[in-house]
Amino acid sequence: MAEGLNKTYKVPIGPVHVGLKEPITAWLDVDGERIKGATIRPGAIHRGIEFMARDRNPIQIIYLAERICGICSFAHIVAFVRAVEDAARIEVPARAQYIRTIVLELERIHSHILWAGVACYTFGYDSAFNLGMILREKVMDVLEALTGNRVNYGTGTVGGVRRDITPAVGKVIREMIDFYKNEFGVFYDVVTDDPIAKARMRDVGVLSKEDAIAYCALGPTVRGSGLRVDLRWSSPYEAYCDMDIKPVVPQDYTGEVYGDVFDRFLVRVLEVYQSLEIIENAMAGLPSGDLMWEPKLPKLLNYLKQADGTGLSSIEAPRGDDTHAIRLTGGQDNITWWKVRAPTYSNAVSWPIMFMDNELADSPLIINSIDPCISCMERMVVTDRSTGSGNIVTKSELIERCRDKTRRMMGS
Amino acid sequence: MTLLHFKLIAGVALLFFASLLSLVFEGVDRIIHARMQLRLGPPLFQPFFDILKLLGKENIVPRRAIPWAFNGAPWVSATAALMILLYIPMGSLPPILAGSGDLILILYLLGLSAVAMAVGGFASGSTYANVGAQREMTLMMSYELPLAVVIVSLAWFAYRTGMPGEPFSLETFVGMPLWSVVGWTGVFGLLCLLVALMAVVPAEVGKVPMDIAEAKTEILEGLICEYSGRNLAMFKIAFSLRTLVMCAVVVSLFFPWTIGRHFGLQGSLLFLADFIFFWVKVFLMQIIGVTTVRTAFGRYKIWQASQFYWFHIAGLSLAGMVLLSLDVVL
Repeated sequence: MAEGLNKTYKVPIGPVHVGLKEPITAWLDVDGERIKGATIRPGAIHRGIEFMARDRNPIQIIYLAERICGICSFAHIVAFVRAVEDAARIEVPARAQYIRTIVLELERIHSHILWAGVACYTFGYDSAFNLGMILREKVMDVLEALTGNRVNYGTGTVGGVRRDITPAVGKVIREMIDFYKNEFGVFYDVVTDDPIAKARMRDVGVLSKEDAIAYCALGPTVRGSGLRVDLRWSSPYEAYCDMDIKPVVPQDYTGEVYGDVFDRFLVRVLEVYQSLEIIENAMAGLPSGDLMWEPKLPKLLNYLKQADGTGLSSIEAPRGDDTHAIRLTGGQDNITWWKVRAPTYSNAVSWPIMFMDNELADSPLIINSIDPCISCMERMVVTDRSTGSGNIVTKSELIERCRDKTRRMMGS
Repeated sequence: MTLLHFKLIAGVALLFFASLLSLVFEGVDRIIHARMQLRLGPPLFQPFFDILKLLGKENIVPRRAIPWAFNGAPWVSATAALMILLYIPMGSLPPILAGSGDLILILYLLGLSAVAMAVGGFASGSTYANVGAQREMTLMMSYELPLAVVIVSLAWFAYRTGMPGEPFSLETFVGMPLWSVVGWTGVFGLLCLLVALMAVVPAEVGKVPMDIAEAKTEILEGLICEYSGRNLAMFKIAFSLRTLVMCAVVVSLFFPWTIGRHFGLQGSLLFLADFIFFWVKVFLMQIIGVTTVRTAFGRYKIWQASQFYWFHIAGLSLAGMVLLSLDVVL
């Protein structure tokens, strides 16, 4: 080990790495096994979804938005349709709001269990990973019973939802709640009582409260640092307005905040219980009524064509705040523009802080600890095949190009 | 037919048999590991299919590698692991090379096999392989102390109590089970040494929680990161052989009992029964010492593993040494 010689070596983690679910590169400056600096270089999975969306009407974009990310697909479409509803001033029926809430929480359960399993896999605890995957099957089955699909549900639409919770589905959901209340504790105990799991996660990738504020961390990442940040609590939407939701922070359960990977693990696992409770409440208070504001699609499209305005919505996705902004212009079928800001975009900024003075062995775990969704995040990369360069456009360059284009469009 | 010819034939046959057996054991290990995780697991002969496929694949040498060291390391590693089998008594059969090698040689061959892997890693010219090789060396330095303490205490005990045979020879321990020699303090001492030796096994064979040098989710298989084709096949064989050998050493030291005499068997039937029983014991040892452990735990970081061996396990083996000495002195 060359530790202490003050000479660092560059080690790339990624873009393709066994421990990472999606392509992202972290160039680490390591001294022996110790990380002295880190550069994050995204840009390997940009797909230009926002550009594609400009040739489509809002209903078509729902299916595009769903494919931004496989795990938080419903979070993305709810954020999107809420932005459209905001722009076009559409009222959503109460029953549809409750069903959206239930599906959002089901998705949160599925996302958090998946994450917990993958975190265990990252430090070689394959048995816990397999246990997590087995547990996750149950919620996937429920989602399939409710929507017909396991991943991209195709359930949300502008002004409501397309699938109802029938009595049969209600029974399946209640069964699932009982199942998790009995079985999920095993997984929780297996990981939190395991000495090696604790040794691998405690005091690793620490993000202090101050840094979390300074670098705008979101979702479970910031809650793991002990800050009470949760849009379901601070700015409730859909059926969350009717419920009493408290942000899950580690100090309420263990008495102290470390802000490390273990705290983030704890927050996510405890949020699964919180989600179960929310689903239970939503099922109990499920109002009757319409599912959609306007069931006839041509009529809805015609209304959206007339609508003119800018819509904004921000919801608490499993990984943090998911913000969508949209512009509709009256008389045009297609949207004018659409902007997605996924939580990983904010959380990724705090990676270099978390890496500092940790070990090379921890790096995939730290990357995974914010539950990154790279395909959600990536919005801009410019490659030039002819010269073989693949550089990321800087902010100032981007602003300059935007201004150029505006000037061109305005014909000056 | 001279004795030399006989030894040559028997040696080659044994090495061939043991290599195949190690792969079968690995297949069973993978199935049991999978079943404990509620998975179905691969077919029993999957390790064979893997090796056969790898043997037919192209051998890629990275541009920045040192070819002779890179290509030589897998062969040295596998050969060293294979050689150990010639020095292990199996049941009532004496080792093929009886009298020309003892426990110290076995330890050195195990060490050589691990060092050859590290050399291959350093010669790969890859950052990940380099990190893996450094970790392998660090890990070796950590587990050698408890391992040496265990072996030395047993040898010293055999010497002081006047057990028949050379104190460092495995045959001594196979000929007379240690448990029948020690008093009650010695039993605790032996238990400490047994646990210490079992704790060294995962590190010696490179399995979870001590697969730090080959951590795939951290450094992409580390040591063997750049290997492919025939070379990788040799490394795979070396890994499964080391598992087999390490378990065989534990069995020979601590569980040397045979069953042939209890059933009143005679001649070649006795040798056959004891031979089979020996491999059954090795198999059970592998299930307990490797498969269960790798299912039950996650992976340590390198400094945590070092700490574990230097303090906890070394302490345990020293306690065993003290108890065993007390047994002799009292």
